[in-house]
Amino acid sequence: MVGELSGILEHVDRIGNLDLEGVEPTSHVVALENVLRADEPWQSLPRDVALAPAPEPSEGAFRVPSPQAE
Amino acid sequence: MTGLLRLTALEAHEAMVAGDLDAAEYTAAWREAAAGDELNAYLWRDEGGEESRAIAVERDCVAPIAVKDIFTTEGVPTTAGSRILEGYRPPYTSTAVRKLLEAGAPILGKTNMDEFAMGSSNENSAYGPVLNPWDRERVPGGSSGGSAAVVAGGLAPWSIGTDTGGSIRQPAAFCGIVGLKPTYGAISRYGMIAFASSLDQCGPLTRSVSDAALLFGILQGRDPLDSTSVGLDGGVQLPDRENLAGLRFGVPAELARDAVDAGVREVFERTLTQIESLGGEVVEVSLPSAEHGISAYYVIAPAEASSNLARYDGVRYGMRAGGDGDLIEMYETTRSEGFGPEVKRRIMLGTYALSSGYYEAYYGQAQKVRTRIAEDFRGAFSAVDFVVTPTAPSVAFKLGEKTDDPLSMYLNDFFTVPMSLAGIPAISIPAGLAEPEGGGPQLPVGFQIAAPAFAEQKLLDAAYALEQGIGFDARPPGLGGADG
Repeated sequence: MVGELSGILEHVDRIGNLDLEGVEPTSHVVALENVLRADEPWQSLPRDVALAPAPEPSEGAFRVPSPQAE
Repeated sequence: MTGLLRLTALEAHEAMVAGDLDAAEYTAAWREAAAGDELNAYLWRDEGGEESRAIAVERDCVAPIAVKDIFTTEGVPTTAGSRILEGYRPPYTSTAVRKLLEAGAPILGKTNMDEFAMGSSNENSAYGPVLNPWDRERVPGGSSGGSAAVVAGGLAPWSIGTDTGGSIRQPAAFCGIVGLKPTYGAISRYGMIAFASSLDQCGPLTRSVSDAALLFGILQGRDPLDSTSVGLDGGVQLPDRENLAGLRFGVPAELARDAVDAGVREVFERTLTQIESLGGEVVEVSLPSAEHGISAYYVIAPAEASSNLARYDGVRYGMRAGGDGDLIEMYETTRSEGFGPEVKRRIMLGTYALSSGYYEAYYGQAQKVRTRIAEDFRGAFSAVDFVVTPTAPSVAFKLGEKTDDPLSMYLNDFFTVPMSLAGIPAISIPAGLAEPEGGGPQLPVGFQIAAPAFAEQKLLDAAYALEQGIGFDARPPGLGGADG
């Protein structure tokens, strides 16, 4: 995978040499202004439904292994 | 293939509305056809099991549809082609699927795809590659390979897919069908599993341009659940344009014609002549930055993917592995075992491109190239109505041909990536057949037409006129030709 990644980066590096001084970066293509929606209550998933796909739901929460090795 | 299944989705819809076609009988015939899938195109089919209730249709009057397995569907397995989501049944339904159900289109099943839509051959699926119905030793294209193969292979009348850098258009081209990537923002992305959020767009894969218009009309529209969705003013009408008089088609001067296979080039040139005989004008345009599209795309898309895919950590949904160790060990084991090689490659590329010290050189620079490419198209569209290219530089390649060389796989997206970066709509229509390099039976060639943002109606009208002029009616072997 190291060789593959190097090959891809070499190709990508071609844009490194372009003179793009002063060009504005594009992060979003459609001209949109921030629009705030009305602050109204909206449906949300019941807790048990949201927890159902979790590998280890427990006592109404997502159970995870301890962050510290025992 | 029975006569019932030869109807286009539009013909079937009109017959159902007129009362000449029994919707239940029609859908049952398609379910039976889908059950004969030998292409590994479906990952899940609705066989009337418990899941069926969640996707029941109240008023069955639109042709049944196959859905790429990237659209979350309540209660129905949704994997995005990844091991990490094996067995996942989402608790909610994507807007695109909800709109299909509300319109009265029963879901036939979920289609196979490259893992998280990363790929151009469907060989990156964790559930095995899809076979091309024209030649089962070849790829159907990707990442919406399953959605293209079901339509071309007579396993669904139409389907939806997603396109981030060509993932609707290229498989449509490889399978000899129509594929439309709409303007970014035309269709809601809510519930569409995210790959690269600034590029991802849902769209139709169909047997005709009219079907694409009908399906696009159902899907498009602003959605309060996706703040980047805009929709189209005035909706979508069925195309009925008969000629191309008064329209100008631009061929990029930078189009590296020698990088295109001879057979594809011949079909492309013949299609340009067809445009002229329909009254259109073919001129040269310049897209000087388009050649850097692949480089910019393979920075931006992996960067966004590396961020989006951080959510698969074995905590809230999907697979968990290594749960006996500590938290970090669980994260590492889950992601190591859950993701395939291409997804790992892109996460690494993306995190590298976004890392401190490299951000400006890679991500910042790529975003500026993106600006240049969008400006190129704006310039071109001041002189022409459409920009046209071959959809892909080759016909469908062989399974395994490019799997050892990811860069050559990426370069297959050369003609489709610039439109994605510019956010503009583009359609691929089948333009003819060509022999692959190295010989073999003839395979479909796609012709790509791109238009300014939100000019889908004009694009569909022109594509329709050209489609009628070309008269492509070839079908994969075994599915019968015009007399089958």
